[in-house]
Amino acid sequence: MNTLESYMIVASAVFCLGLYNVMTRRNAVAILMGIELILNAANINFIAFNRFNGTGVLDGHVMSVFIIALAAAEAAVALAIIINLYRNIGSVDVDEARSLRG
Amino acid sequence: MFDVVFTSISLLLILSCLGVCISKNLVHSAVCLFFALFLIAGYYIMLYADFLAAVQVIVYVGGILVLIIFGVMLTSKLEKPSINISSFNQFTASLLCLFLFAIQCYAILNGNWINVDAGTIENSSKLIGRLILSKHLLPFEIISILLLGVLIGSATIARKKR
Repeated sequence: MNTLESYMIVASAVFCLGLYNVMTRRNAVAILMGIELILNAANINFIAFNRFNGTGVLDGHVMSVFIIALAAAEAAVALAIIINLYRNIGSVDVDEARSLRG
Repeated sequence: MFDVVFTSISLLLILSCLGVCISKNLVHSAVCLFFALFLIAGYYIMLYADFLAAVQVIVYVGGILVLIIFGVMLTSKLEKPSINISSFNQFTASLLCLFLFAIQCYAILNGNWINVDAGTIENSSKLIGRLILSKHLLPFEIISILLLGVLIGSATIARKKR
């Protein structure tokens, strides 16, 4: 089982579940959780490819560090936007946010 | 032994991801996400990525998950007993996701991947540090500027309007 394919199949399952979460939820915080799952699936793929490419170069690990930094930045900005949305319209339902005026 | 550990981690990971998707309570979803992130750190350890496993636990579990739980707590009304969240389009979305998963499995199992185990890496943090400061220096600096922008931007967005 210690092959590239097994890790990739699990990462694909995590990606599909995160995508399902993003498609079905209406709560903005729940959508954010789905996005975190998708980013983690990408990270698993990067590290699995890095291990099974036959060389000892760690470029995939560096890419994963960058992805984690981007995920942290994205979560911070998304939560700031969500809190502002809650202050303006009183809920975090993304269907309620229809107005384009600030 | 490896197969037992791998299978149990995979099963638990997929179960907790399902819990994130189908749980009716947002706090339960956050707890399932906590377990999923920890199990992914276990994957990193099985892939000899010790530095990445530590970063995953520190940044994801210690940082992002706490931010998400803050978001849950700050945006829920207190008079409701539990934070109910509804789901829509479940049938269409599950069909689409199963279809996508089937396509991905087909592509993975029929792909012609390089599948050579690189073996153990000693002290991956040293190699990662050298790579970040030599080959990937420009993306590293761009990330640092991005983090500064995020710091200022999120503080500006979240503050009260005068």
